[in-house]
Amino acid sequence: MPTDPITLSPADALKDVPHRPGAPKPDPIVIADGVVRRFGGMTAVDVEHLEIQRGVITALIGPNGAGKTTLFNLLTGFDQPSAGTWSFEKKSLSGVSAARVARSGMVRTFQLTKALNRMTVIENMRLGAVDQPGENILRALVPAMWSRREKEITAQAEELLARFKLLEKKDDFAGSLSGGQRKLLEMARALMTRPTMIMLDEPMAGVNPALTQSLLGHIQALRDEGMTVLFVEHDMHMVRHISDWVVVMAEGRNVAEGPPSTVMNDPAVIDAYLGAHHDTDLGDDSLLDMPDAVESSADATTTGTAGTEEDR
Amino acid sequence: MQRTAPPVRTPSLLTHLRRTLVAGLVALAAILVGSLPAGAAEGPCVASPSNGCITGTIRTAAGDPAVGVSLTIEGEGEVLTTVTGDDGTWSVSVSQSGDFAVTVDPETLPEGETLRDPDANPRTVSVALGSTRAALFPLGTPSGGTGTDGSASPSPTDSELEAPATPAGSTSKVAQQAVNGLIFGLLLALASVGLSLLYGTTGLSNFAHGEQVTLGAILAYVGTQIIGLPLIPAAILAILAGAASGWVQDAGIWHHLRRRRIGNTQQMIVTIGLSMVLQYSYQFFFGGGRLRIVIANPVPVQIGPVIVSEQSLISGVIAVITLIGVAYFLTATRTGRATRAVSDNAALASASGIGVERIIRLVWTLGAGLAALGGVLIALYFNSTSWNMGGTILLLMFAAVTLGGLGTAYGALAGSIIIGLVAEMSSLVIPSDMRYAGALLILIFVLLVRPQGILGRAERIG
Amino acid sequence: MDWSRILTNVVGEAFAPTTAAYALAAIGLNIHFGLTGLLNMGQAGFMLLGAYGFAITATAGWPLWASLLTALAAAALFGLILGVPTLKLRGDYLAIVTIAAAEIVRLVGRSTSLTWLTGGNAGIAGDGFKESFQATSPLGDGRTQIGPFEYSNSLSNSWWVRIVAWVLVALALYLVWRWTRSPWGRVLKGVREDEDALRSLGKNVYSYKMQALVLGGLFGALAGIIYALPRAVQPDSMGRPMTFYVWTILLLGGAATVFGPVLGSILLWTILMFVTSFLREIVPDTVLRTEQIAMLGWVLVGLTLMLLVIFRPQGILGDKKELSINAH
Repeated sequence: MPTDPITLSPADALKDVPHRPGAPKPDPIVIADGVVRRFGGMTAVDVEHLEIQRGVITALIGPNGAGKTTLFNLLTGFDQPSAGTWSFEKKSLSGVSAARVARSGMVRTFQLTKALNRMTVIENMRLGAVDQPGENILRALVPAMWSRREKEITAQAEELLARFKLLEKKDDFAGSLSGGQRKLLEMARALMTRPTMIMLDEPMAGVNPALTQSLLGHIQALRDEGMTVLFVEHDMHMVRHISDWVVVMAEGRNVAEGPPSTVMNDPAVIDAYLGAHHDTDLGDDSLLDMPDAVESSADATTTGTAGTEEDR
Repeated sequence: MQRTAPPVRTPSLLTHLRRTLVAGLVALAAILVGSLPAGAAEGPCVASPSNGCITGTIRTAAGDPAVGVSLTIEGEGEVLTTVTGDDGTWSVSVSQSGDFAVTVDPETLPEGETLRDPDANPRTVSVALGSTRAALFPLGTPSGGTGTDGSASPSPTDSELEAPATPAGSTSKVAQQAVNGLIFGLLLALASVGLSLLYGTTGLSNFAHGEQVTLGAILAYVGTQIIGLPLIPAAILAILAGAASGWVQDAGIWHHLRRRRIGNTQQMIVTIGLSMVLQYSYQFFFGGGRLRIVIANPVPVQIGPVIVSEQSLISGVIAVITLIGVAYFLTATRTGRATRAVSDNAALASASGIGVERIIRLVWTLGAGLAALGGVLIALYFNSTSWNMGGTILLLMFAAVTLGGLGTAYGALAGSIIIGLVAEMSSLVIPSDMRYAGALLILIFVLLVRPQGILGRAERIG
Repeated sequence: MDWSRILTNVVGEAFAPTTAAYALAAIGLNIHFGLTGLLNMGQAGFMLLGAYGFAITATAGWPLWASLLTALAAAALFGLILGVPTLKLRGDYLAIVTIAAAEIVRLVGRSTSLTWLTGGNAGIAGDGFKESFQATSPLGDGRTQIGPFEYSNSLSNSWWVRIVAWVLVALALYLVWRWTRSPWGRVLKGVREDEDALRSLGKNVYSYKMQALVLGGLFGALAGIIYALPRAVQPDSMGRPMTFYVWTILLLGGAATVFGPVLGSILLWTILMFVTSFLREIVPDTVLRTEQIAMLGWVLVGLTLMLLVIFRPQGILGDKKELSINAH
């Protein structure tokens, strides 16, 4: 993918950033300060300072129960913090509803795939589109007011489906897709909103290994088109392979930051993982299957059982 | 339907909106109370444990009060006459429970008015001491045969249950209503424990739970009035049969639905169908009238400023003892702790070796048994039962259970007592036929302010 | 046995105003439940409010349009009041609150203290409020017989009520057909499937749910007016059982389908009429009294509801794949 010669390559942009938690970035798109979320007596997230660089792929890693998903929920308005402020493109998002966060250009996917099972693939995609005047209750009654936009949306959707190899499934119910295909559909649907930043919660979990490579390609292509990507992942190979920057969380805190090559050797990171899992080699695939008491009820995705449960 | 906690996202705007709405509802309630025509709520006859009332209002076909209509009330060795007042109302006080024939003298009706249903004159009303019954005589053109327009088939009216004895004299009224409310709340708690436990263990909102309550009352009626047993053995048999019906129901229906993985929403609609089947079956066999488990008049007991019937007092004591027993079962026995574990997290309980299906079967049996006991006591408290008694208090039970926090057993107790107090004491400020509406309004208030209920806890999302 | 009388009863029931009223109410509930997944257990409350709003103002001599607007406004307000506290909470809270609120409307309406306004538990007699509606009839006075069916032209349970009722049903069907095929309907279906997914795509889920609740309630109010026009406003005949019949109708015809509510209503009432007329013919009065036969009919409705939900939740017209009852 040819990059624009004027913009710096992601690696260049981050080369002067110090490798420490909360390091300032040259062009941050997200800035979070003092974000704390407590559940009863437990502190799930306590991030003092975090910046996410624009136009790069940032990985958010950490052992289960480190608060990654909760941080996602907070940043995207799906949960309210006990304290703290954060901004997206210099606009504060504190107390902003999830829907408005999404409309401002920060779109997320979910750890447990939320495909709309009893709607077709193409309808799922169309729902992601923005500026459809027919989504107004009165204009909906006059097809002339929205059918032109509907055609544009359908074209956009089909293009994306083709890219994600789902085009031939477009009239199937989403519930009939495999778990991995539903992950892809969810990502494609999120892209329908034309976001400036996409946040993927475990995009690889449950995806067929044969699809993994193309999924990685899609994510890099998004970055190369100028989109900011933040993802949570347990698969260290994926993290090493495509991320430009890695943020490590443990026990709700941001404990380390840096490029993937250096951060994996950071003692704080090794501690964070060893604290939870003794004989884990970072970058070892077995980490993927690591059961964990804290989050296991919520994220049963790793084994793909969640897919079958949702089918019924 | 998921059983996870409601996502309580409360942006400040919403909080504000809610507060405004609460204020609005309060104002609405105030207007409702204030707008009532003065004196409409109090008739000349006030029911007490030593007398009952028969009342009514006669209006012309145009809706104006029919003044000066004579009525004769005969029965139980009494003959009473009365005349409608300026507002068309009339009332008499009778000193014994029983059936009374109320006759309107058609000659005294206003010029040009006729009874809409001349066949229903005289009309027979059964009155119990301490209660008020209405005898209605609509005026208008006689309707004659109803013809064949079946579409007009009205659903049977569900008459409201009458308030129990309220002595005259407003000084003691507050104390009296508080005691009534407390007793009613305890009985309601007994009836609702099953509803709450069932919701806790399976996530099912059982709309047919009211019919379990009715079942207990009707079986007790069958025992005393048809078979001729004394009250206590009849009540014990009714409770056992009620519990058995819970066991059978779970084994016959719900167990299979759970095994077929039929969702809780679907199961809830099935309970609605079942509630219809049961209600109309009761009505089919026992008719739409009132069924009195005990014919003897309640014996009033004076405690300070308060008059309670001996029955109510004993019922309250039985309720307290039973509820303590349930609490002991839930906290101190192995099975009880297992029940609570299933309530907390069925999957985890199952993983730790608890037989979830066995516990659910137990909850059905226990819940239905308690509902039957509650039904018998509530029927005694109201002096009678009817095919829709359970249906009428179902929403109060839901209100109680939701108020306390869906699925928490102690919540059901706290919620029930609050609902009982609100239902009985609200009749001090709003007309007594609106008192259940007051209790339901409380339910909506609570959901506005504290959606997880009084004793429920907010849980983590996802 | 008099088969022709049974047949006449059954066919007459198929186009009776009550059948149309229930169809309208079920169309409204379909917007709530079939399309959006809202568990509204208080449709009878919307209907009763519509009937009260219409009858009270019409009795006071307001013009027809003003009475209609009052009825619709009352239902819309009711929807807003119910929606604000509950639409952010999980589904069964909405069920309990709506059923309680409908009950509150009925209990307050039938209270003797409001007799001056609502007629208390006797309700509002028909003669007072039908005038403005009957005055719009172009059919004039008298009665007309078509085949075995003879009704008054304009008064009470008339041809005019039937015409207006079914025209309203047709109009409602057209609108719902348009809505389900529009992007707006698509968003509602998305809400039914997964609210959080819709939020993550930038849709204001709360607002859509509120729109659905109020819109379905407006159809409920119209249904209430149609239900009351051939008879009187009777609060006790518009209680919980009415809501449950509407649910049975919707699930019978098929939730989330356009014609399901109409088919369901026609089927429910004609079958019920057939069963009761048939039993009346063959069972002597001494064995089963007329009201007992009616009760058997209701037992049958309850059983139908149970069996439908267990064995054919998609109803007659529904798509098995697009079950409209949430299974997870």
